[in-house]
Amino acid sequence: MIEIDALTKDYLDLTVVDHVSMRIDDGDIAVIVGTSGSGKTTLLRMINRLIEPTSGSVKIDGKDTRSVPAHLLRREIGYAIQGHGLFPHRTVGQNIATVPVLMGWEKPRIAARVEELLELFQLPADQFRDRLPSELSGGQQQRVGVARALAAEPKLLLMDEPFGALDPIIRAKAQADLVGIQKRFGTTIVLVTHDMEEAIHLGTRIAVMDQGKLLQYATPAEIVVKPATDFVGELLGSGDRAFRLLGLRRIGDFVEPGEASGAPVSAEQTLRDGLEEALWSGRAVLPVVDGAGKPVGRLTLATLQRLGARPQ
Amino acid sequence: MSTVAATGSPRIAVDKLGVLIALIAAVAALMPFAAFRANRIVVGISKGIFEALPLWEAVLVALALVAAILVALLRTPRLWRLFASLAMLAVLFVAIGHSASFLTPEGDRLARVSPGAGFWLAVFAFALLAADSFTRLKLAPWLRIVTLLLVAGAIALLLWSGAWNDLSILREYANRAEAFWREGQTHIALALGSLAAATVVGIPLGVVCHRVDGLRAVVLNVLNALQTIPSIALFGLLIAPLAWVAANVPGASAIGISGIGAAPAMVALFAYSLLPVVANTVVGLEGVPPAATDAARGMGMTNWQRLAKVEFPLAFPVILTGIRIVLVQNIGLATIAALIGGGGFGVFVFQGVGQTAMDLVLLGAVPTVALAFAAAVILDAIVEMVSTGARPA
Repeated sequence: MIEIDALTKDYLDLTVVDHVSMRIDDGDIAVIVGTSGSGKTTLLRMINRLIEPTSGSVKIDGKDTRSVPAHLLRREIGYAIQGHGLFPHRTVGQNIATVPVLMGWEKPRIAARVEELLELFQLPADQFRDRLPSELSGGQQQRVGVARALAAEPKLLLMDEPFGALDPIIRAKAQADLVGIQKRFGTTIVLVTHDMEEAIHLGTRIAVMDQGKLLQYATPAEIVVKPATDFVGELLGSGDRAFRLLGLRRIGDFVEPGEASGAPVSAEQTLRDGLEEALWSGRAVLPVVDGAGKPVGRLTLATLQRLGARPQ
Repeated sequence: MSTVAATGSPRIAVDKLGVLIALIAAVAALMPFAAFRANRIVVGISKGIFEALPLWEAVLVALALVAAILVALLRTPRLWRLFASLAMLAVLFVAIGHSASFLTPEGDRLARVSPGAGFWLAVFAFALLAADSFTRLKLAPWLRIVTLLLVAGAIALLLWSGAWNDLSILREYANRAEAFWREGQTHIALALGSLAAATVVGIPLGVVCHRVDGLRAVVLNVLNALQTIPSIALFGLLIAPLAWVAANVPGASAIGISGIGAAPAMVALFAYSLLPVVANTVVGLEGVPPAATDAARGMGMTNWQRLAKVEFPLAFPVILTGIRIVLVQNIGLATIAALIGGGGFGVFVFQGVGQTAMDLVLLGAVPTVALAFAAAVILDAIVEMVSTGARPA
């Protein structure tokens, strides 16, 4: 658990982060979203003390981050940044091993961990371990960057626009990978982005920042349904509120008993996917199957209509 | 090149640089090949190639020259060009030795035969061709060092075989063999010693300049100003302060510090060396990708670890380039140390100038140029070896 209390950063007479307080529970993906200059990156960098706060405090599992030397604190916290920041003169394997080496792990343990992470990120170790970063594609470099951040099994991972340099297709893949890895390791993630779409897609909690102030800190559904200020609403855009709301819910949670004809949708898909399928195929009722393809019931257009409406 | 020659039009294609080389070589052929003097300071008598060699040898050299000019002029494969130029250089080197033996009357120890303008010009033309085809071949760094060693070995073989013993420059050497090796050692000690000192001081200074913004401008400006002082003036300017140190600091003169001699030479070379080392260290560190530095900090490296594991290895090729500049520059500059009694190959150059004995000047100048050239080839190769793979992603 991370407790951020009245955290403030002043540069001369400019306040970049202004008394921000928030709590991030274990296993959360907290996404800090805002325009450039909102203070979101500064807030993130104060968590691992790359920037020292002017006032306020950060506690990780009840322990003040200032109670240990900054470099030791940072070794316990994963750190991934835009443009990956891989060391160009070191191989993929050496890059991933950076923090374990700093922490003095035994060699066999480091080698095993590097191999495990490479397999996890679908980069076969025998092919990729000894390559240099310049020999990888952008998407591969980004994955190595995240693998490196996770190498020492940190409980907390900080990510600064980690997908900013990727094209849309690779980005979607990288986002899906991140969600999978978060589920697997239960890592708490704090991620900074300027992209509200990405925030809603990835976040379990979203913090909206503007001019150094935390405007709203809530679940994605709450943000979509009840933006705290006009600015938050503006950041969301008014175009597809209903679709965003539907996009946050699983079909499986709204299945009714019954049957329907035509191609089925999966219980794992979002209501937004269901609506799209219903409209496109011109059906008012869709059959729903579970992960194994077994029918579990049906989804009606009426349900979709009810759930997509502004909650009272 | 070979594919161009094979698939191109049947018309004969001309190489641009080859035209220049052919022109120089043609001019060289018309100029005196060697010069004969009854003793080392009288004015020489020029000898054309047919006067300087026995007839059949002269004919062979002339034919070789025509063949080599043709290879240079036409668009021929790179390897042909390299071999033609090296072969031509070998022919010239052997021929000049023969010419000296041919022109010197039997048993005459006073007569001097030195290479003429035609010989030097021809060597220049084919060295140019060799360098050009060598560069175009894009050999691996270690192969370049091997080639350098082979060339050095071939020259050593020529010297050892006695083929050049009748040449004026070796006659001068024979009179001064002991001094030659002594001054050679001094020369290398001056060049390498000042380089080592500049590296030890310059790299840390560069690191500090990189990290402390205010210091960078001050240090680089001071070093820039130092660099603009003419070398002879700097050697001269150091005489007074070092003489004062020698006289007033206890023990200073005991370790060899004095107003003239090796100490001021060393100090001056060190001063000239600092700017390239410091500037390249700063530039190299500035070239480290900011994302890599940020990641290093973010993952918990201390300042030292970041410098040693990330910044320095990435900046190293640029720093090494600075060291290469310094080494080549110092090998040349160390010649001037002789002016203030610092020793080195410059001793022969200045003695030769004083006695109007050009052969003696060459005895100092040729090894200096050879050393500088070899240093450049070796360090370039090393720079390339450490740079591969460290290119920013």
